[in-house]
Amino acid sequence: MSEMLSGADMLVRALQDEGVEYLFGYPGGAALHIYDAIFRQQKVEHILVRHEQAATHMADGYARATGKPGVVLVTSGPGATNAITGIATAYMDSIPIVVISGQVPRAQIGTDAFQETDMVGVSRPVVKHSFLVKDCAEIPRTVRTAFHIATTGRPGPVVIDVPKDTTDPAVTAAYEYPETVALRSYKPAARGNGRQIRKAAKALLGAKRPIIYSGGGVVQSDGGLALQELARRLGAPVTNTLMGLGAFPGDDAQCLGMLGMHGTYEANMAMHHADLIFAIGARFDDRVTNNPAKFCPDAQIVHVDVDPASISKIIAAHIPIVGDAANVLKELNAVLQAEMAKHPELPDQQAHKVWWGRIDEWRAAHGLDHGSAPSTNGVILPQQVVKSLYRATGGEAYVTSDVGQHQMFAAQYYKFPMGRRWINSGGLGTMGFGLPAAMGVQFAYPKATVACVTGEGSFMMNMQELSTCLQYGLPIKVVCLNNQALGMVKQWQDMQYGGRHSHSTYSDSLPDFKTVAEAFGHVGFRIDNPADLDAAMDEAFSPKLKDKVVFVDVWVDPDEHVYPMAVKGGSMRDMYLNKITTSQQGDYM
Amino acid sequence: MSRRILAVLLENEAGALSRVIGLFAQRNYNIETLTVAPTEDATLSRVTITTEGSDKKIEQITKHLNRLIEVVKVLDLQESPCIEREMMFVKIHAEGPARAEVKRTCDIFRGQIVDVTASAYTVQLTGASDKLDAFLRAIDQSAVIEVVRSGVSGISRGDKVLSA
Ligand SMILES: Cc1ncc(C[n+]2csc(CCOP(=O)(O)OP(=O)(O)O)c2C)c(N)n1
Ligand SMILES: [Mg+2]
Repeated sequence: MSEMLSGADMLVRALQDEGVEYLFGYPGGAALHIYDAIFRQQKVEHILVRHEQAATHMADGYARATGKPGVVLVTSGPGATNAITGIATAYMDSIPIVVISGQVPRAQIGTDAFQETDMVGVSRPVVKHSFLVKDCAEIPRTVRTAFHIATTGRPGPVVIDVPKDTTDPAVTAAYEYPETVALRSYKPAARGNGRQIRKAAKALLGAKRPIIYSGGGVVQSDGGLALQELARRLGAPVTNTLMGLGAFPGDDAQCLGMLGMHGTYEANMAMHHADLIFAIGARFDDRVTNNPAKFCPDAQIVHVDVDPASISKIIAAHIPIVGDAANVLKELNAVLQAEMAKHPELPDQQAHKVWWGRIDEWRAAHGLDHGSAPSTNGVILPQQVVKSLYRATGGEAYVTSDVGQHQMFAAQYYKFPMGRRWINSGGLGTMGFGLPAAMGVQFAYPKATVACVTGEGSFMMNMQELSTCLQYGLPIKVVCLNNQALGMVKQWQDMQYGGRHSHSTYSDSLPDFKTVAEAFGHVGFRIDNPADLDAAMDEAFSPKLKDKVVFVDVWVDPDEHVYPMAVKGGSMRDMYLNKITTSQQGDYM
Repeated sequence: MSRRILAVLLENEAGALSRVIGLFAQRNYNIETLTVAPTEDATLSRVTITTEGSDKKIEQITKHLNRLIEVVKVLDLQESPCIEREMMFVKIHAEGPARAEVKRTCDIFRGQIVDVTASAYTVQLTGASDKLDAFLRAIDQSAVIEVVRSGVSGISRGDKVLSA
């Protein structure tokens, strides 16, 4: 005999049966039956946030760091709409989260009832799938299906909208948690097509100027080691996307760093001149390709992605492979091993030597030296802050970021040793993501060092969560590159709008973040002298402050720009390299 | 650019159709006509959509439709021989000498007059969309009072079937 439970109890029991550790949420009328069910159990720990957007980012950060789905609970109406930005953020980066929203009772749906929002409708364009619960007996299967959809294939957010009366404690149904999910219309491909994989192997072995362009899909499928094996076998250079950083170690000699709009000179030049691009778990985002019409003219394209809709969407693939990145990499490695045993002359070592010769010249000519020299005017350069952080944490921290110049500096200068260490909102570019995402990571790994590299603008979009940090004892280290401006906006205005800083500065009205941190019960530093930077960073990460939130407010050069930067409408080799030099048409170097 | 007919098998569930339509809006695809009704299997609906687009665009639309969880199958009907039909009602002003003319045109197009008043005929016409267009061109434009078209539905010829 299965147990008879109310909808609310079934919902919470289903989360237990899914193995959910944390539920990030915020209560309200439509969710109160569920909150009562949470109160009467111990297995799922509910984390009370200060804003529903932050709850979604916490779940998202938790998911990115662990690979397990993050779970959110919000009430109807404003609770649900506040969650939308975080759902969209997870959607754009294909992150598995499950968002449970309260809804008005079934009989009131469609009547403009108090706190009624059509959550399924509002969230529709930014979810992988959504459910409206129609009967309490459906709840176990709905939860099971939601987790299945969120975590398989190309992962993504799933919403379960739960009308209040389906969680009524007075109405019970038999609880049984389904073991399996059968959906006739949803069968994501796991393994790539063998013939296509053999074709890809042949193309890779025949290439004279190959490059591996690896994206977030490799991180998410935990394909880093298989990727490294592939790169070693072929001796090919690897460039990681913003979402893919770490899957190939950032400090490895074969790593060219990030590519794209603010990618390294060598990565973008190598892409442009390659004769074969092996794209895996990446989607030829416009921030990578620059003008698709001018994209890498000589390259044959092998494109591996779990989502067929990503393949040939922007750039036509010569060899498309639909499948999970890690699985395809493993199969490809096996094929390559066999092929290379048969053809010891492949790949062409002489051609590779020439190719690496060119790459090394690009590297030498314009690595990330820009911003590496100590400043001469007594002002801290933002790049140096990231380098200092890298040094102080031994490259071993989980680093989250917000959106803007600081994000790009973090991506460029922190060399991530493995996937899941770098956590940022790449697709949606959501300011306010960094702190709550860091909290999600810290919940997952209480002992890990978790740093949030932020800008003062982004930080103020979710700083209320400093209170949540205190409540749950989350010792996040916040490193704020304080340029007293919406720096990235200001940079575009400098470069494209004649330096007219329309609404991108507010230096006369910024709070003193050190005092803000202290007001929330934390430790705050303010650094504005280059000579103090390293010592302050060391102290922030010292054992003494291990259990504390430390806010390191570093005042950096407000006039610094992020370089390289793609020239709008150009090819990948067209970059601004600093305030005076442009690599138009490759004539630079 | 060409006109394409997509047949979509969809779980017959509340909200499923809104995802299909939402997808077209969200991705900036055009819906020319849309028909939907349950199939011989009551758990499935069949949607027929006509749209305009290059091969590349149609491929993208098909892939994105397939990504929707409730979409069971998608078929580009014109990939193989198919039959397409659309039904139309036209209410036409028909008085005096024009009355006989309307009747004649209707006969030529094998239409049926399904309702009659002293001053108007209501004509029912079935055929491929271009036949319906031709009928509308053949009659006096100023006499047309109301046009109702069902949108296209279609089926593959021969043994080919679209099923779950
Ligand atoms: C929610 C949101 N609103 C607006 C933007 C547009 N935007 C991108 S970067 C940026 C400036 C960010 O300022 P700050 O956090 O101080 O970072 P900085 O660029 O100065 O390092 C803005 C406004 C965004 N990405 N997200
Ligand atoms: Mg700033």
